[in-house]
Amino acid sequence: MKPFTPKDKDSHPTLIHPPYKSSNLRSPSKNSIIVPQTITELTGPQFDASALGELDNDLTRNGRKTGEPLGERLIVTGRVLEENGKPIPNTMVEVWQANAAGRYIDLDDQHEAPLDPNFLGAGRMITDKNGEYRFLTLRPGAYPWGNHYNAWRPSHIHFSVIGPNMMTRLVTQMYFDGDPLLKYDPIYQGPPDEARKRLVADFSLDDTEEGYALAYRWDIVIRGHKATPADA
Amino acid sequence: MPEMSEKKQTPSQTVGPFFSYGWTPQQYGYDHSDLVPGNLVKDGIQGEVITIQGIIYNGEGEEMKHAVVESWQADHAGKYTELVAKDKFSGFGRIGTGRGDDASYRIRTIKPGQVDEQQAPHITLTIFSRGLMHHAYTRLYFSDEVEANAKDPLLQSLPDDRRYTLIAQRMEGEDEVTYRFDIHMQGDGETVFLEF
Ligand SMILES: [Fe+2]
Repeated sequence: MKPFTPKDKDSHPTLIHPPYKSSNLRSPSKNSIIVPQTITELTGPQFDASALGELDNDLTRNGRKTGEPLGERLIVTGRVLEENGKPIPNTMVEVWQANAAGRYIDLDDQHEAPLDPNFLGAGRMITDKNGEYRFLTLRPGAYPWGNHYNAWRPSHIHFSVIGPNMMTRLVTQMYFDGDPLLKYDPIYQGPPDEARKRLVADFSLDDTEEGYALAYRWDIVIRGHKATPADA
Repeated sequence: MPEMSEKKQTPSQTVGPFFSYGWTPQQYGYDHSDLVPGNLVKDGIQGEVITIQGIIYNGEGEEMKHAVVESWQADHAGKYTELVAKDKFSGFGRIGTGRGDDASYRIRTIKPGQVDEQQAPHITLTIFSRGLMHHAYTRLYFSDEVEANAKDPLLQSLPDDRRYTLIAQRMEGEDEVTYRFDIHMQGDGETVFLEF
C-alpha cells in the first residue's frame, strides 16, 4: 500500500485558535505524535449506492411534510480531488446546514428564528466517476452565536468527506463569495490567509438551472497518494 | 492526464454544535436515517462482543456533550472490511456523547484481532466536536493484551508517562465485557493524539 501525503500545516487551522473561544478548552494542548502509516490508516470505510436514499441529494425535497421549504434554491456542485489533482470517485460526502432563516432543526439550537417544517437540512451523496458531487438545497441563513459581542456566523454549509482511507477524513465548511460576515468570523479566519480562501465557493452561472435554481461550485481537496520516483 | 495539477488541501473547519441530527439521528431521536450505527454487532457475528464506553473531558475536566466518536477497526481475525454493508460487519462506527449530563459514548462491537505481526489489537478513534478545528485521532489498545502491547511499535514509541492514555481497561460485566476508555482533550492525563 502506497503512503499518503501528510496533513499540510500551512492549510489547516492550529488546534487552539483563541478567538474561537470553545477551542481553548476542547482542543489538544500538546502536539500530536507523528506515527508511521500502517494498514489501519491506509484503509477506511467505503460506501456504495445502497447507503443512499432516493432524496438524499435533494434538501429541497427530503424534509417535505406539507409543501415546499422556503428559501432561494441553490445547486451546489464540485469535485473531490487528491492533492495531486486526481479526482476521487465513489466517496461519501455528507452535508448539513441551517434553513433559510438561519435555524437548524437540532434540539439544542436556541436561535429565535423560525423552523421550516419542510426542511431537514441534511443530505448525503457519493461522488461519480469524475469525482463530482452535486446536490440541491436552499441558501442557508446567517445565525448569531455567543462567541463574542454580536457574533454572527456567515452563511455556510457543513461538509464531511470520507475519502479513500482514515487519513483523508475531512470535515469542513463551505462559504459564499462576497459574504460581508467572513472577515468577522473566527472559524473562517482560523486557517492561514491563503488557505482560508479555498473555503469560499464561487457563483457558477454554468451550473444554474434556468428559471429554477442558482448555483455555486466548490472543489474539495484531500490528502492523496505520495508521488513516488517512478511517477515523476 | 492534462487536467491533473497540484492542489492544496482544503482547510479543516469545526463540525460545529449542530450536527447530531445529520450524523447520529437515530441515537438522538431525529427522523433521518443513520449512515452508520454505533452498534456494529450483527446476527451471527464471529468474535468476542464488547462495548467500548467512555467520557470525553475538556481542559477543565467537564464532560463534553454533543461530541462524536468514529471508530475504525478490523474484524475478529484482524481483517479490515472496507465496504460498509447493512448485513455484514464493517468496522466503521459512529456514536455521539449525547445531550444529557451523563455524556458518554458507547460503541458495541467485537474485539479486533491483530492486523499484522507487529501491532497489538487496536481500534482507531476519531473525535469531532465544536471547539475542535480539526478532528483528533487516537488509538485504543486493550488492557488484557499485555504481551502484544509490550511489542507494539506505536505504543512503545510513546513517552513512558503517556502510554497509559491509550489503554482501555477491561471490566467484566454480568453478560458482556466493557472496556472503559475516557478521552482527555487537555490537561493532566491528556490523551495521546496521533498524526500519520
Ligand atoms: Fe453551522
